[in-house]
Amino acid sequence: MTAGVGAPAVAAPPSAPSQGRGRGPGGGIRGREGLAGWLFVAPVLLVLGLFLVVPIAMALWVSLSDWQGQGSPFGNGVGFVGGGNYSELLTTPGLAQTDFMTSLRNNAYYVLFVVPLQTVLALGLALVLNGKRLKGKGFFRTAYYFPSVTSSVAVSVVFLFVFSSSGVVNSLLAKIGVDGPSWFADPRGVVHLVLGGLGVDTDAPPAALAGRSVGGLTLWDWLAGPSVAMCAIIALVVWTTAGTFMLMFLAALQDIPVEVEEAAEIDGAGRWQRFRYVTLPMLRPTLFLVLTLGLIGTWQVFDQIYVMSQGAPGKTTLTPAYLSYQSSFNNNEWGQGSAIAFILFAIIVALTLVQRFVLRDKDDGRERAAVRRAAKAARSGAGPTAEVSR
Amino acid sequence: MTTTTTGARPAPVSAPAGPGRRRGGLGRVAGYTVLVVFALVYIYPFLIQLATSFKTEADSTAHPLALWPDPVTSAAFGRLAEADYPRWFLNSFVVALVVTAGRVFFDSLAGYALARLRFRGRGALFAAVIAVMAVPGVVLLIPKFLVLNQFGMYDSYSGMIVPLLADAAGVFIMKQFFESVPVSVEEAARIDGAGPFRIFWSVVLPMARPALITLTILSFQGSWNELPHFIVSRQSPELNTLTTGVASLVSGQLGSGNQYPLKLAAALLMTVPVALVFFAFQRHFVRGGTEGAVKG
Repeated sequence: MTAGVGAPAVAAPPSAPSQGRGRGPGGGIRGREGLAGWLFVAPVLLVLGLFLVVPIAMALWVSLSDWQGQGSPFGNGVGFVGGGNYSELLTTPGLAQTDFMTSLRNNAYYVLFVVPLQTVLALGLALVLNGKRLKGKGFFRTAYYFPSVTSSVAVSVVFLFVFSSSGVVNSLLAKIGVDGPSWFADPRGVVHLVLGGLGVDTDAPPAALAGRSVGGLTLWDWLAGPSVAMCAIIALVVWTTAGTFMLMFLAALQDIPVEVEEAAEIDGAGRWQRFRYVTLPMLRPTLFLVLTLGLIGTWQVFDQIYVMSQGAPGKTTLTPAYLSYQSSFNNNEWGQGSAIAFILFAIIVALTLVQRFVLRDKDDGRERAAVRRAAKAARSGAGPTAEVSR
Repeated sequence: MTTTTTGARPAPVSAPAGPGRRRGGLGRVAGYTVLVVFALVYIYPFLIQLATSFKTEADSTAHPLALWPDPVTSAAFGRLAEADYPRWFLNSFVVALVVTAGRVFFDSLAGYALARLRFRGRGALFAAVIAVMAVPGVVLLIPKFLVLNQFGMYDSYSGMIVPLLADAAGVFIMKQFFESVPVSVEEAARIDGAGPFRIFWSVVLPMARPALITLTILSFQGSWNELPHFIVSRQSPELNTLTTGVASLVSGQLGSGNQYPLKLAAALLMTVPVALVFFAFQRHFVRGGTEGAVKG
């Protein structure tokens, strides 16, 4: 059995701490268990430590330095620039700031569209799929979920074709007499397009907007909305991820005890009322989860940009994640690239916290009361289940 | 029997059908209409992809909506076979295989230790695992390159594989599972004098089949579909995996024309292995997918 204790360390990477040394007779059962515990955890600890914790520390240093990608970032020629990289991105006017602000704008619009759309689509599909006497449930669920398990590269290639200028979408649009745009070459923002349609001269935008700039971008540019190219990417991502979230909603829906729904029905609640005052409050934890995961995921969009647009056209699909990669690998601005990564990290953490705060406090009491009422009406079962799903 | 326990949810598949609402046919028809329309939206792109990869380039541009190639040609696949595609496939396969084996073994070892073995620092370690799961992957893009470069592992198989050999989410899934297994069996083995590894290997692991299958599938799918890590851990063309290779095929121009049959065929072939695994183990996929996401 002592050989058994040693075995995992043998399989561990070569640099694992040498095993077996402390396996003295003094340890007894607890001591041996303690040693085994650390040995069991050692490989994971090593991998996560070396390729997760150490990289973050190292990148933090690089983000404070002027390393250009030559030699080691700890070498002699590398200077400490303090918050220089950060201020170049955030406050100092220049190309770096304009690019970064543009990427923030692009990603913000992307989040603003993707998160609500994918959540509503996922919830809608789950509600329909949850119908009691539905046939072919498995088939539909599989169809909607399948894109989520395929490679982002593969589906991006498919959508490049679907949205190409002579592709599927434009052929369908042509059938109803609409002349589709050349999606991935079109940098026009949809808000600008709408304003243009309303009679605003987009070539000479109102001076109040075009004249003032914040963070290196004019107000007019901030208000552009997602570009046509970005819209194609938004469509792809909503299409891909809705399936996963649909499964989460489906699981939560099936957790709602039938008694609760029935009680509401007996009380004379209509379909919409049942949804609004019974189903939705009970889905609240799942809704929060889906929104949080959506928010975290959308601020990280990288794969689709890398494959489909590389930030083009006109930098309108540039996102912080892609910009971080581009600054580092293509422009050798490693300090800036790392700084972008940390700012992105901060944005994601901050938004998660804000969302948690907002969703926790807002009409929490009212909804809790609704759940309580529903539970009471159901007489049994509802209370504990509601807790479990929380 | 649920593999992991974030909540006592029944698997979606086996949910008990409650007493149905006696609704009129109208609602049902509307429901089916919605489902069918969306099913088309979800399936049609894949059918188009399949059809287009057997089309000629002219046909693919002229008739993008046609579900039957005219003429049918396998030229795209022939060109892929002559190009570096087999190499990419092999690389993806090797990487996914080693990573999956590593993750399944190391994650379950750590998961077992965190669930069962009592040792000093266990609580802190678990907290660290949770914290690690919260770090957004894309933030690590540049940092990972920096470390691989520093260690001299950049642009090598080891640089591509070793950082993926363990993942916090897998540890979490395994820990949750082991906590759901009754202790009594292990106690019996311990009284018989078996050491921790023996108990883990011959007693606990065989009972963990459902969780192991879930973890295997998630790891395989994850490493097969991985793109960013292979972008920052290598640059040589011969180390291209399918993801980086196909991505370069799309952005870099290989000859003239838009090459849609070729690109779509490349994307189609790389989807096949994951699709096979998906349809064979769908139940585990569905479960793992939601659970994996639940913990973050």
